Amino acid sequence: MNRKLIKRRGDTKWLVERSGKMHVDGVIFGSEQLINEMDDMVVQQVRNVASLPGIVEGSFAMPDAHWGYGFCIGGVAAFDADAGGVISAGGVGFDIACGVRTLHTGLKKEDVMPIREKIADALFHTIPAGVGSTGKLRLSVSRLDEVLSGGAKWAVENGYGRGDDLRFIEAGGCIAGADPAQVSEHAKKRQLDEMGTLGSGNHYLELQEVVEIYDREAAAAFGIQKGDIKISIHCGSRGLGHQIGTDFLKRMTTDAEKHGLELSERELACAPLNSALGKSYLGAMRSGINCALANRQILTHLVRQVFEKLVPQAEIRLLYDVSHNTCQQERHTVGGKQKDLFVHRKGATRAWGPEHAELPIEYQKVGQPVLIGGTMGTASYILVGTAQSERLAFGSACHGAGRNMSRKAATKKWNGKEVIGRLASQGILIRSRSLRGIAEESPGAYKDVSEVVEVTHQAGLAHKVAKLVPLACVKG
Amino acid sequence: MVWQHFHHQADIGIRGIGDSLEKAFEEAARGLMAVICSPETIEPKEAVQIQCEADENDMLFADWINALIYEMDVRKMLFSRFEVRIHNHQLSAKAWGEKTDPEKHKLAVEVKAATFMELKVFLDSNNQWVAQCVVDV
Repeated sequence: MNRKLIKRRGDTKWLVERSGKMHVDGVIFGSEQLINEMDDMVVQQVRNVASLPGIVEGSFAMPDAHWGYGFCIGGVAAFDADAGGVISAGGVGFDIACGVRTLHTGLKKEDVMPIREKIADALFHTIPAGVGSTGKLRLSVSRLDEVLSGGAKWAVENGYGRGDDLRFIEAGGCIAGADPAQVSEHAKKRQLDEMGTLGSGNHYLELQEVVEIYDREAAAAFGIQKGDIKISIHCGSRGLGHQIGTDFLKRMTTDAEKHGLELSERELACAPLNSALGKSYLGAMRSGINCALANRQILTHLVRQVFEKLVPQAEIRLLYDVSHNTCQQERHTVGGKQKDLFVHRKGATRAWGPEHAELPIEYQKVGQPVLIGGTMGTASYILVGTAQSERLAFGSACHGAGRNMSRKAATKKWNGKEVIGRLASQGILIRSRSLRGIAEESPGAYKDVSEVVEVTHQAGLAHKVAKLVPLACVKG
Repeated sequence: MVWQHFHHQADIGIRGIGDSLEKAFEEAARGLMAVICSPETIEPKEAVQIQCEADENDMLFADWINALIYEMDVRKMLFSRFEVRIHNHQLSAKAWGEKTDPEKHKLAVEVKAATFMELKVFLDSNNQWVAQCVVDV
């Protein structure tokens, strides 16, 4: 990154000074190394977001920020509806409520290692993954509307899980204010046979071992011990979310002029929160969040089926489920006053500090689990939200590693079979139908997730709790 | 006539080049399929009709790519042959392909949507039409 574009304001904080049409300053969190690797376009996109009407406090970029669509990936921005604030389809992205769910298994490494191949194979055969895959569930449009209103709560009520699961999901597994009537027929049609599917690309289901504990108190509250086996699921709202993004991006672009909005790039497509279009998107996007929450709940049910068969002593419980592509209505303190704001997190994870009302009682004292996925060859991390995070960036943290190499370059550099072989020699089993997909997702094509997590910790956005490494990974 | 992929850090750019607007759209569609699999593995067994309408050529192109993504997702199909007609900002097309088969098609990744990033439709200095955008995968 061109250093002339930013000013250093601490070890991990960089300022994009307010100028031109910007209403607020921009703030980028990063180490010297991460800032060096960051694209200049991150600064431009931070500036563009800072120029949107009704933005409050600042336009933020997390340590894993990279060039995105409209908002940078890793972008966080809050808007005040009463001050003409906007909601942006580009600020949420196409994979609405893509996120991570981590599960306890009650098992230790020694319990799974003798049957690890069997578990990997069974998960691979049970979890629908990859291009064109469908779930077992076939829904009518009216039944899908119930999913979009009910989220994971719908899934549990329909036999895909236990009531206690819901306490460990953001918003209790169901976002209020979803309005399935705002979701197009096209979007619904894409989802009728895609509930309970993983998708492809960077989505995965991983069997992981906890190898390091950094924060004993938070780890104890979350139920994490060294040597534990956890399962993490990374996926989103599938075809429904993609189509909602497509539909509203177009509508918001077309109507921008009518709303008096000057878009510096079309992907910044947005509408005033108080406009009919803004409200319509909010209802549709919340339906997308519920779709993703139900999807991860059904996948959890499938994981339970596999373990009931193979390791009956396993006890699959939720550690937490948190999305990283959303816009959520939240109460924050701004200038000493409490305000209802609409916080966009595009490739950023919500990170509530201790004593937040939304947290389950077990986590109240320590804060919210922040689940950070790595690549299939590197570590994942569990962090915890901090009280400080609320003041830094509306209670937000990073979301993952982020690519540093294009898919095309990755396939030129690696081949799928070699990647699988190399990972096997490191003790990581890969199950996928796509060798090209594996080459494209090669761990070397991603940034160093450990550096991203370290900087997130140093900046106080969230604190490190545990490190997990993959033992087996199902990829789409 | 040709299709190309162009660089994008997280995703991938598709570009179609042809001696008419229609041919450029058809080539870009092949480029889209090549993101997902090797287009030569797709047999043109079944035809699907696609219609879109937009005031500007670039928005029409985004609509065309998004319509293909929708048809692929809903029908679980891949396409390899395209016939595009454009008249008065209206696109009418036929796409031929077959059902998705992970073994046969050696699938890489699904495409979520056409983005507006690098979305351009223009006549280049060689008098060739170019239609392009980045797709989100």
